[in-house]
Amino acid sequence: MNLILAVILRLAVWLLLAPLLPGIINKVKAWVAGRRGPPVLQLYYDLAKLWRKGVVLSTLASPGFIAGPAVAWVALLGAAMLMPLGPGGTALSFRGDVLLLIYLLALARFCTAWAAMETGSAFEGMGAAREVSYAVLAEAAIVTAVLSLSVQTGSVSLVTMLSPSAGAGAVLLAAGLFTVLLAENCRVPFDDPNTHLELTMIHEVMVLDHSGPPLAAILHGASVKLLLFAVLLIQAVLPLGALSAPAAAGALVAGVLAVTVGVGLVESWLARLAFRRVPLLLTTAFLLCLFALLVAWKGGAK
Amino acid sequence: MSGGTLNLFIGLAMGLNLLALGSSRLPSLIRAVSLQGVLLGVMPLLLEHDTFDWRVVLVALATMVGKGLVIPGLLRRAMRAANVEREMAPFISYVPSLLLGAGGTIAAVALARGLPLLPEHAGTLLVPGAIASMLTGFILLIGRAKAISQVCGYLILENGIYLFGLLLIHSTPLLVESGILLDVTVGVFVIGIIVDRIQRAFDSLDTRKLTTLRE
Repeated sequence: MNLILAVILRLAVWLLLAPLLPGIINKVKAWVAGRRGPPVLQLYYDLAKLWRKGVVLSTLASPGFIAGPAVAWVALLGAAMLMPLGPGGTALSFRGDVLLLIYLLALARFCTAWAAMETGSAFEGMGAAREVSYAVLAEAAIVTAVLSLSVQTGSVSLVTMLSPSAGAGAVLLAAGLFTVLLAENCRVPFDDPNTHLELTMIHEVMVLDHSGPPLAAILHGASVKLLLFAVLLIQAVLPLGALSAPAAAGALVAGVLAVTVGVGLVESWLARLAFRRVPLLLTTAFLLCLFALLVAWKGGAK
Repeated sequence: MSGGTLNLFIGLAMGLNLLALGSSRLPSLIRAVSLQGVLLGVMPLLLEHDTFDWRVVLVALATMVGKGLVIPGLLRRAMRAANVEREMAPFISYVPSLLLGAGGTIAAVALARGLPLLPEHAGTLLVPGAIASMLTGFILLIGRAKAISQVCGYLILENGIYLFGLLLIHSTPLLVESGILLDVTVGVFVIGIIVDRIQRAFDSLDTRKLTTLRE
């Protein structure tokens, strides 16, 4: 009974708080540009509006067009369930759950790409191809980051991996994971969430033909993913396990807010990278995580 | 604790190696090299000293001024004179050279663990840093086509040798240290002139064009 209550509570936290982050990012961008900007709760209004609308289906599309976003959304929520929340611990934890987390993220990406190809449009196929080819490099970086945390703590369970700090390599790991966060969530140096120019967008291309509730699921899933990566980054870097429960909760919330504001600032100050420069940046993120792994390995062996 | 600070500085220098491998713009390459020179100049002061040694301070100052100001200044002048800003088509492009450099750095760390070092040097990153810098220098020398990038590779290679020299700082005479520094400065000075001549003769700094003979 207690477990069910805990799971429902956690689900509510993830579902309700996630759409806040894109709102904060947009507010920061508007503030830097000297505009008033959309309200922080804008994504909630958008989701409510989309939920009430009908769905336009292409005659070509198979049921996968609807199933893709749904499966992706559920996979992202499942990944969020595995992620411990600072002092709250996690609802379900087992040996090797970090592997399941990585695979759930990959499943979500696969389903989004699959649904994009269902429309039969070459344009969306191009977006899916771009998304997946960047993901190859970003996934290498995140697997290396997880490996370095695992070597540091000698464990393959998220709760024990994330409670101490990443040690001497924490700065490297933070930089690497932040770059991965930007790439995975299609933020500015990699992709511009605002653009609708056909040659430049990646994620936006894939979701162009979705409408109504499936689009709402995609948008909400993207915000959950952003929150997931922010929480992962903060817990990997800060030694939350060493703090008292209220302090750890406060540090987690403050850290996630800081990451969100950081994304907004990066988005205001940087321009999108040219496509051929993107692999270089992602390789740099991979190397940062690799050197964090090296530091963990060398420090642990001493 | 000075050992930790020294390791941090060597780690930063190793990071600058990778920055030098990944940057396509010559000004940022020169900046990386000059920053690495300044970091290397501070290092003799961080080594454990029982007594104040004025020679060590002199070496540190000369290195900082030479590698951080004089040589980068000469390189920037050569760059402006030759009117090149960017390495366009390197032999080994940036992602492979970054991966090579990272692999070399990891191999250097692994190799240094297996070497029979003196106990006072075993904890520091001096030896892996030296090997990694030399490998980075080699990669830049082999992989870049513009003469100025190759000079930067040569400087990073020399920085690696300097890191090795830090192991022996108390037994190496000041004359040798200053001699090396003077050689490097004169070398870069001469290369600056040669770069200018290459630019005038071939209208380009691409060393690939130097392999074909012309009347």
